[in-house]
Amino acid sequence: MSDMHGAARRPLSPHLQIYRPMLTMMMSIVHRITGVALYFGTFLLVVWLVAAASSPNAFATVNAVYGSWIGLIVLFGFSWAMLHHMLGGLRHFIWDMGHGFGPEARELMAKLTIGGSVALTVLLWVVIFAVKG
Amino acid sequence: MVQLTLPKNSQLVPGTVWPKPEGTNRLTEYRIYRWNPDDGKNPHVDTYYVDRDDCGPMVLDGLIYIKNKIDPTLTFRRSCREGICGSCAMNIDGTNTLACLKSMDDVTAKSVNIYPLPHMPVVKDLVPDLTQFYAQHASVEPWLHTKTPAPEKEWPQGRQDREKLDGLYECILCACCSTSCPSYWWNGDRYLGPAALLQAYRWLIDSRDEATGERLDDLEDPFRLYRCHTIMNCAKACPKGLNPAKAIAEIKKMMVARQF
Repeated sequence: MSDMHGAARRPLSPHLQIYRPMLTMMMSIVHRITGVALYFGTFLLVVWLVAAASSPNAFATVNAVYGSWIGLIVLFGFSWAMLHHMLGGLRHFIWDMGHGFGPEARELMAKLTIGGSVALTVLLWVVIFAVKG
Repeated sequence: MVQLTLPKNSQLVPGTVWPKPEGTNRLTEYRIYRWNPDDGKNPHVDTYYVDRDDCGPMVLDGLIYIKNKIDPTLTFRRSCREGICGSCAMNIDGTNTLACLKSMDDVTAKSVNIYPLPHMPVVKDLVPDLTQFYAQHASVEPWLHTKTPAPEKEWPQGRQDREKLDGLYECILCACCSTSCPSYWWNGDRYLGPAALLQAYRWLIDSRDEATGERLDDLEDPFRLYRCHTIMNCAKACPKGLNPAKAIAEIKKMMVARQF
């Protein structure tokens, strides 16, 4: 190995290991992660629907699991992922129109996405518990 | 392909701590990526101390101080020392920038941490291999394409059309933007990257250019253009204050607009 020279043994310079995390970069990663989480959430929805279509017993079981505290935490996370991904989608829509690329605008839109997704999720669950009584 | 970790031959091992210069208390610590193609060892990070009373204010001044006074084997590119040649592009304090434009006092970490431009093959120390980067720039054919017979004098351009090139022509091809882009890290072999795409857009909107359709045809590809996911590291890194992300978005808009 040691007598090999040139391009064959050139190391790759560090990247993720050393790059300072940027807000917009982190938002891009979170957008990906929430997108993957939505597949999982949609699967939960399908399980619920299939259970409803198959038998009252199955439906009751699934409802019991989803209604347990651990089920509620998962559903809470799913709803946040959905709202965060939706607001991220709106952000991308604004970019695709050619707006929001300036230094202030792109940071503001990122912060609004985070704040908005948390606020909407909390609001959603307040409404859910208020309606359920 | 996405590989989050470094290959075995690229992983960092402990480096040397060089002695402090004597007779001074105004010291700035530098931690610098080193790799020597001739010693068969892995890359390492060396620590140096720069005497601020004997050195200019910029990060590049510190590098020159180290090379002249401590360790002449330290290898880096530099030329104009005023932000117009683009040679001294490197990763300083976690972001890509030009060493000549970055003040040591603006570094936020305790030491001045310097690495080569990220996710590039290293030739030696802070010198990355930019062969592919330049080839990608050449692939967008960054020159005027015309079909009509050449006019007797120059190809005229009005003031308003000329102003469309502002924010684009200033690019010095330092590669700070492309090598800051995670999409370019993972797909740099097929994605053109922010620098080449900004140049592509510079010719797409040039009122004198007559190959707009062909240029767009060449870019209409899932990888060459559309690997841009608006991560915006490019716009944050550009030491000239340009916005490649915006230029890429404008190309995407042209792709849609030409279908109607």
